[in-house]
Amino acid sequence: MPKLTIDGIEVEVDDGLTVLQACEIAGREIPRFCYHERLSVAGNCRMCLVEMERAPKPIASCAMPVGDGMVITTNSETIQKARKGVMEFLLINHPLDCPICDQGGECDLQDQAMSFGGDRSRYAEEKRAVKDKNLGPLVSTTMTRCIHCTRCIRFATEIAGVPELGATGRGEHMEVGTYVEKTLSSELSGNIIDLCPVGALTSKPYAFNARPWELKKTESIDVMDALGANISVDTRGAEVLRIVPRNNDDVNEEWISDKTRFACDGLRRQRLDQPYVRKDGNLQPASWEEAFAAIAEKVKGTSGNKIAALAGDQADCESMYALKELLSALGSSNIDCCQDGSSMGGERSSYLFNSGVNGIEEADAILIVGSNPRLESPVLNTRIRKRYLQGGVQIALIGEEADLTYKHDYLGAGPDTLGDVASGSNAFAQVLKDASHPMIIVGAGALARSDGDAVLGAARKIAEDTGMISGEWNGFNVLQNAASRVGGLDLGFVPGDGSVGTAEILSGAMDVVYLLGADEIPVAELANSFVVYQGHHGDAGAHQADVILPGAAYTEKNATYVNLEGRAQRTQLASFPVGEAKEDWAIIRALSQELGQTLPFDSLAELRAKMIAATPSLGNIDEVTPAEWGAFGSDGQMSSDAFVNPIENFFMTDPISRASSTMAACTSARVQSTRARTGTHG
Amino acid sequence: MLKDQDRIFTNIYGMHDPFLAGAESRGDWDGTKELLAKGRDWVVDTVKESGLRGRGGAGFGTGLKWSFMPKESDGRPHYLVVNADEGEPGTCKDREILRHDPHKLVEGCLVASFAIGANAAYIYVRGEFYRETEALQRAIDEAYEAGLIGKDACGSGWDFDCYIHRGMGAYICGEETALIESMEGKKGQPRLKPPFPANAGLYGCPSTVNNVESIAVAPTILRRGADWFAGFGRANNTGTKLFNISGHVEQPCTVEEEMSVPLKELIEKHAGGVRGGWDNLLAIIPGGASVPCLPKGICDSVLMDFDSLKEQQSGLGTAAIMVMDKSTDIVAAIARLSAFYKHESCGQCTPCREGTGWMSRMMQRMVAGNASIDEIDLLEQVTRQVEGHTICALGDAAAWPIQGLIRHFRPELESRIEQAKKNAAA
Repeated sequence: MPKLTIDGIEVEVDDGLTVLQACEIAGREIPRFCYHERLSVAGNCRMCLVEMERAPKPIASCAMPVGDGMVITTNSETIQKARKGVMEFLLINHPLDCPICDQGGECDLQDQAMSFGGDRSRYAEEKRAVKDKNLGPLVSTTMTRCIHCTRCIRFATEIAGVPELGATGRGEHMEVGTYVEKTLSSELSGNIIDLCPVGALTSKPYAFNARPWELKKTESIDVMDALGANISVDTRGAEVLRIVPRNNDDVNEEWISDKTRFACDGLRRQRLDQPYVRKDGNLQPASWEEAFAAIAEKVKGTSGNKIAALAGDQADCESMYALKELLSALGSSNIDCCQDGSSMGGERSSYLFNSGVNGIEEADAILIVGSNPRLESPVLNTRIRKRYLQGGVQIALIGEEADLTYKHDYLGAGPDTLGDVASGSNAFAQVLKDASHPMIIVGAGALARSDGDAVLGAARKIAEDTGMISGEWNGFNVLQNAASRVGGLDLGFVPGDGSVGTAEILSGAMDVVYLLGADEIPVAELANSFVVYQGHHGDAGAHQADVILPGAAYTEKNATYVNLEGRAQRTQLASFPVGEAKEDWAIIRALSQELGQTLPFDSLAELRAKMIAATPSLGNIDEVTPAEWGAFGSDGQMSSDAFVNPIENFFMTDPISRASSTMAACTSARVQSTRARTGTHG
Repeated sequence: MLKDQDRIFTNIYGMHDPFLAGAESRGDWDGTKELLAKGRDWVVDTVKESGLRGRGGAGFGTGLKWSFMPKESDGRPHYLVVNADEGEPGTCKDREILRHDPHKLVEGCLVASFAIGANAAYIYVRGEFYRETEALQRAIDEAYEAGLIGKDACGSGWDFDCYIHRGMGAYICGEETALIESMEGKKGQPRLKPPFPANAGLYGCPSTVNNVESIAVAPTILRRGADWFAGFGRANNTGTKLFNISGHVEQPCTVEEEMSVPLKELIEKHAGGVRGGWDNLLAIIPGGASVPCLPKGICDSVLMDFDSLKEQQSGLGTAAIMVMDKSTDIVAAIARLSAFYKHESCGQCTPCREGTGWMSRMMQRMVAGNASIDEIDLLEQVTRQVEGHTICALGDAAAWPIQGLIRHFRPELESRIEQAKKNAAA
């Protein structure tokens, strides 16, 4: 481990670090613009210059690897002068329009100009102006503000895997752009807004909405996919104005998908803000009492085995636990948290991403089955790409062929190919066998088929035959695409013995069906059932409902979600539910009283205590609770139908994103732009 | 004065056949096999002992550079990259080698590649050198045909291939790492160092980048001995060198001379003297556009070598001597150079991207005197803010000419400003 002297302080740091990182370890903050620890080193802003003994000129600390015996000075007069010089250069062609710039208040250039900027400009020449670029509905550009740090270019090329951004022109005519003007085709494009150290790239939907100091930041968890990305929900008053990522090296690093970031305007539209009861064929506004009474009237005359409940993709653990208890009290175990019809459940290792998200970085052979990780969890996909860029990994895909942003072998479209790998007749079986950390990623869509159990069985056979399961390594992974799924399965929100699941519930055999935010189902099948819809958006489920109970969206409640790797995480209430809507667990608790089956908890804390007693892993907040390997899946016959990816339009997968006008704009700009245009267009 | 028998480039004016037969008659390809038979270390040591310093401008020891290459390959191939992107304003020595003595370069590529363990050399030729590329390609083809290069080159047992890559006209691609980027098909922008090309150069493999002249003189040094070459010039500034003399002289020319020749002698002997006599001299830029100019007082006695010019706060650079007599508008001349650097800055790093534009615009105003006296100091400070803070040397190159101007011609700048003020008042 090299030893360095930094401003007289001796530090010993790991090999392979840069001088800049060593300075931080020594407690010296180095100003920087282009350097970002998750991107490659560009060394072009020249802000991080430090003096090194025996070097004739100042060195860029971000690009210099540490060496034993280095003597670094970060605070000499030469360095102060150098930094002031660089700052002055950055500012001469910067418009200095902070009062009308959306980055104001969270701008690196602004902050560092406070330390290194002069009090007046010495630049008397004409300033540069650059034409703005249209990067689509998400990213707003003011290219005159660009300081050419190339962070956005490096992000697009390295992390997102879509090398669409680049610099054209030379010298002061250098411009960052997409060469030919186009919408960025990444699902992660919003991250360049966070990366941009100035106001060149800002959020288009959030433009001129608020200043950062007006916002209340609430640390929370994303529910748009099953990864459980860590986010900060920024609110002003009751309104969620934006969502930005929080750093969590184990989950999302510091990236979030465009849907996570930009769907929040959907929280303002199509909201259910009061109870409704269907009278004379029409939904009429009602009071909570009326709504509960209508339910009670129906339920009291119905036997338990004719009552069922379905939990949707964004249901939280607390409300699922409460609903399960309520139905159990009513004598029903016709419950299912898999609204897509898959028969997951039972053995915990059969539905988890067992290796963990970090485990991807150890894998040296990956088989993806029936999934497009780029759409089902774009941030998780960046991990696979990160692993790919490190080299020494072979990736193969069975299912729909797609541009996953990394090179992969395409093995085939359907279960036949999976069977070949399982029997060892496909060459990739050998690749998995030879790997030291082989991995299989099975998409939730592949398990939601009628032959899902057989697919699971085949995947399990591959895992066991190719040595994916050993003492410290479990390479069997299911890529869930619903935030509620793992929590629901952990809670046992699945049909009990002799009870019915999603398929039968949707066959119309039930008299009362309780939908807990379940919308992605063929609701018309429930025409003969009495439907109670509890949720936050007037989406498909609400249209079919006989009683609507307005609930809270994920930003409006304190709730537990378990991500795909089995990590329990909690959202926090950032703003209150709209109108008369209530937190979901409380609705079920109140209803239970009306039904004469009062649930034994009066507060969230009491509920959680009981829930954790029943399912201890839910109390293990922010930690992964690993699963034991066990027996699951069947040897049954797989159908020969090709795997179909469950996500057709990435931007609209749940009630919130379907209500978002930003997501609608993305849909028309990105998904629909691929359709053939006719001669009358434009 | 250099004797004719000591000249390395005996066909620099193209009076004789540039191709294989002519080259062989001038001694090229003579005993190359025997030279290589003496081993890789001998070649490197001989070049080291000769004191040959890189002829591209920076003056780094060529033998030393070769010795930085790994002795054993770690599985990656080694490459020799020859910088024939002769873009420094005023410089016209490499093109004479390319078109009139290309075999010196090809043979040099072979011995240099042998010395660094490379089986392939890439010659990056400036895009504008169309006919030069043709001549070089013909020489390479001839050498292949004659078995001098290719498999078992010259019967030495060493396999060697030589390729030409044509540039597209960016000055910055003459910087060694930008040249490598350009050759890899990327935008020509200098890389951060470390890693140096000897560790990770072309396609991430150990590479050595040398100037055409450095490579072309190597075979002659090996044949005639390190002592012979070291016998010219002063200590640490040895050998012969191609000087390009342009500007206000009677006969602009490219000439091979001994290092450390007095500047005045060089101009008077070879270029027919300054137009209108030595006393009509205003200033000389001694080493290509990027070094500070020298006023007549210094030109009277300065020696043309690395150390002597460095003492005078200038540099030998590419040894492209630009002579300006008293009819020259020195401010406009330097302003033109500033405009050149503004145009050629790659735009990658901040001080150069922003600084070259600022300096150029101020220089344009200085030409007309449209400035205030303290702006001269501001201009000087801006050059100091650029110098030494950039990724490559282009920032320094843009700063130095202006520093030289202010150092030696500040009264001229001031009087223009005063005059402009008077004119405006009138």
